[in-house]
Amino acid sequence: MRMLKQIAPAAPALLFLAVFFAWPLVEIGRVSFTPGAFGRGVTPLTVLRDPAYLSVALFTLWQAALSTALTLLAGLPIALAFARYRFAGQGFWRAAAVVPFVMPTVVVAAAFSALLGPRGLVNQMLQALFSLEQPPIQLFGSLPFVLLAHVFYNVAVVIRLVGGFLANLSPSLEEAAAGLGAGRWQIVRSVLLPLSLPAIGAASALVFLFSFTSFGVVLILGGARFATLEVEIYQQATQMLRLDVAASLAVIQMAITLLVGWASAWLEAQSGASLEVRPGSDVQRKPTTLAARALLFGSLTFIALVLLAPMITLIVRSFDWESGSPWRYYTALGQNIRGALFFVPPQVAIGNSLFFALVTMALTLLLGLPLAYALAYLKRRRWLEAILILPLGTSAATLGLGFLVTFDQPPLDLRRSFVLLPVAHTLVALPFFVRAALPAFRALDQRLREAARGLGAGPLQVMRYIDLPLLAPPIAAAAVFAFAVSLGEFGASLLIARPEYPTMPVVIYRFLSQPGALNYGQAMAMSSLLMLVTASSAALIEWIRAR
Amino acid sequence: MRKHSWLLLFLLSACAVQAPPPRAAEPAAPRTVTVMTHDSFSASESVIAEFERAHNAKVVVLKSGDAGSTLNKAILSKDAPLADVIYGVDNTFLGRALAADILEPYNAPALAAIPDRFKLDPQNRLLPVDYGHVMVNYDKAFLEAKGLMPPTSLRALTEPQWKGSLVVENPATSSPGLAFLLATIAAFPEGSAYDWRQFWRDLRANDVYVSPDWSDAYYNQFSGSSGKGPRPLVVSYATSPAAEVFFSEGKLQAPPTGNVEGTAFEQIEFVGILKGTKNRDLAEKWVDFMLSKRFQEDIPLQMFVYPVLPEAALPEVFVKFGQPPAQFFTLSTAEIDRGRERWIEEWERIVVK
Repeated sequence: MRMLKQIAPAAPALLFLAVFFAWPLVEIGRVSFTPGAFGRGVTPLTVLRDPAYLSVALFTLWQAALSTALTLLAGLPIALAFARYRFAGQGFWRAAAVVPFVMPTVVVAAAFSALLGPRGLVNQMLQALFSLEQPPIQLFGSLPFVLLAHVFYNVAVVIRLVGGFLANLSPSLEEAAAGLGAGRWQIVRSVLLPLSLPAIGAASALVFLFSFTSFGVVLILGGARFATLEVEIYQQATQMLRLDVAASLAVIQMAITLLVGWASAWLEAQSGASLEVRPGSDVQRKPTTLAARALLFGSLTFIALVLLAPMITLIVRSFDWESGSPWRYYTALGQNIRGALFFVPPQVAIGNSLFFALVTMALTLLLGLPLAYALAYLKRRRWLEAILILPLGTSAATLGLGFLVTFDQPPLDLRRSFVLLPVAHTLVALPFFVRAALPAFRALDQRLREAARGLGAGPLQVMRYIDLPLLAPPIAAAAVFAFAVSLGEFGASLLIARPEYPTMPVVIYRFLSQPGALNYGQAMAMSSLLMLVTASSAALIEWIRAR
Repeated sequence: MRKHSWLLLFLLSACAVQAPPPRAAEPAAPRTVTVMTHDSFSASESVIAEFERAHNAKVVVLKSGDAGSTLNKAILSKDAPLADVIYGVDNTFLGRALAADILEPYNAPALAAIPDRFKLDPQNRLLPVDYGHVMVNYDKAFLEAKGLMPPTSLRALTEPQWKGSLVVENPATSSPGLAFLLATIAAFPEGSAYDWRQFWRDLRANDVYVSPDWSDAYYNQFSGSSGKGPRPLVVSYATSPAAEVFFSEGKLQAPPTGNVEGTAFEQIEFVGILKGTKNRDLAEKWVDFMLSKRFQEDIPLQMFVYPVLPEAALPEVFVKFGQPPAQFFTLSTAEIDRGRERWIEEWERIVVK
């Protein structure tokens, strides 16, 4: 009974997942494994006997593990720098770090091609410098390029989640350690790392799952030589119509996701200390020491070179430098030169994107906050947590087909409704949010809450005056990602689209599907607008949080 | 399918959002014809409006991914069709569409004016609308700077002077990629001394680059596009050079790219009425409309393919720079249907694994 009462706040979220996640999966599973129409008898138990699929599964795991390690390596120092030091323009850098997260892969490929491609800036410089015949950097179609792109996309997750967690951690323990004569490395190793383990675990799990289900990055940047499970599922489901193979691989993918979710929950439980939590402004200080300055300089250089430089090449290409009107591609966005039916003025695309992102964020907070609350104080919750992370590791192709065969009867014929779009976005955003917010929820010092209750505060008052002020930074960080997940159109690619509600990524893809300077220029212009919208939204959410 | 009452309750709000706003009483409310199609579908606003006025109808377009995904979604939703009409099934997928039994025959009167070579389904379940050619494009400036003449055949692409020059799309994920694979199978048939497998082995040895889709191939890998990639040859369309001129807004007087003769494969796109439609009469009207001169003449500048109706006039930029190639390869739909999956799997083993 007590368990039931504890879990009650989670009910809306669980119901949402049951209807929009579990049900479509069961239905598409039923269709896929019914002998005859779409299946030729392949099952999850037999699919890996084919050495080709087995090697795809192993490669998927291997590249995801490598990507996660590299992303942590790059992200943790930056997270520490952002959490501990106060410096000018911090808001800008933080907002900028989120931008890559939403960019369409083909645009990111264009950016890296302009920067690191055979005819890119870096190669041209190196060739001129050392008078080389051939471009020295050959990245396209290689594994390092895939890994680099995964770091590019996901490093913000580590920066924001671990940074947000550290930002609230009282520096008293560090000061005590320093007082006892510990060196800098010793403090990092024996104090900071163990204390932030829950946040690191959560960020690692999320980065791992994003790399694990990587689709566009592997397809476009890896060339044709590499395939993840997600790529194989997409090809089998949408091109070959071999639903049995697709569904079998999807089941394997989900099984691995469950293990990752469980491991992440286990890792978090290893460091269950309630921590002294303080507002970030009390924690940050000026970088006065040489080491602090070096850390900060290194962090900002990394963001500038790895995250911003490729983005800037896109902005450069969004202007027409040769003609007299450099803004040509931007003004063209508002002109329907061919009188086309599906023409979308840029303000409409921006409006649609923002609308869906806001709905997604609202839905995620509405369902996610009570869910995280319930989970935070639940005993024996590891498997539940693992199950809740499942949507992140579920093939979008499979789920899209699941929607198609499930919501097909009135009054539930949602296949053509725009409602499915924020629903699909929320399916990705919700597990992300919960995983991201949980460590902070658990770190809350219970004594503070009990003291408040003892002084006569009601549960809502505790929430208002104790929980919210202390939890606001991590919740805002997680909410930014819920917003960004929708702006970047995660998981919605396989829904039936009604052209009445095109979003910014949809418009970008549309321009890039026809030849010509005008189309390319407009795609770059729209991509630049997408960056602007993402960065300013991220900054705005932070600003609201600070109020 | 099982439906639960609690679900109903839960989703009531969602459906409420979806419901159309109540209309003021009109003599006859417009009916809706729903067209399921691929993401590349485009048409002029004014042309569609003409149809809507003439038939007191509203045209709803559902974009459902690339040509392959669109067809597969139509097949999967056979029991509860999403639309009245499907447009965009091409000759590479025609067999799958017919075998899945998702279409109703329609002997449109307009077919009489369309050449027989486009009519691939004798029962008229799928009716031809437009055609185009997947073809290798070359970058004129790049070749000129190197003092090279463009290649003149498929076989030439395996010569050492074109090492590292060609970009193709993966036939497992891309429709032009599949069409180009079929061109090579038609050119170097199975059982001949030099078959398509050997050709692709030679291409691989000649450092061919494989992109997953047209956008990446054309813009990120091909040097002749605005994306300024590294390679001077790309699998694209016969109309791409004309499109480059059109989308330069008067800046270019001649295309920056050219077509490599002897590399084309003909793709024909079809429209069909989906089984189970409740608007059969309006669906027929829509099919008639797509085959009419008005719509046919709108096709070239919207989708950069050719109308099947011979009397439809081509726009000037097509006449000047976008004539269909004199020669092209083709395979019968029966051959394609028998071989498609096996060829793709073999291709993957030869070229990318």
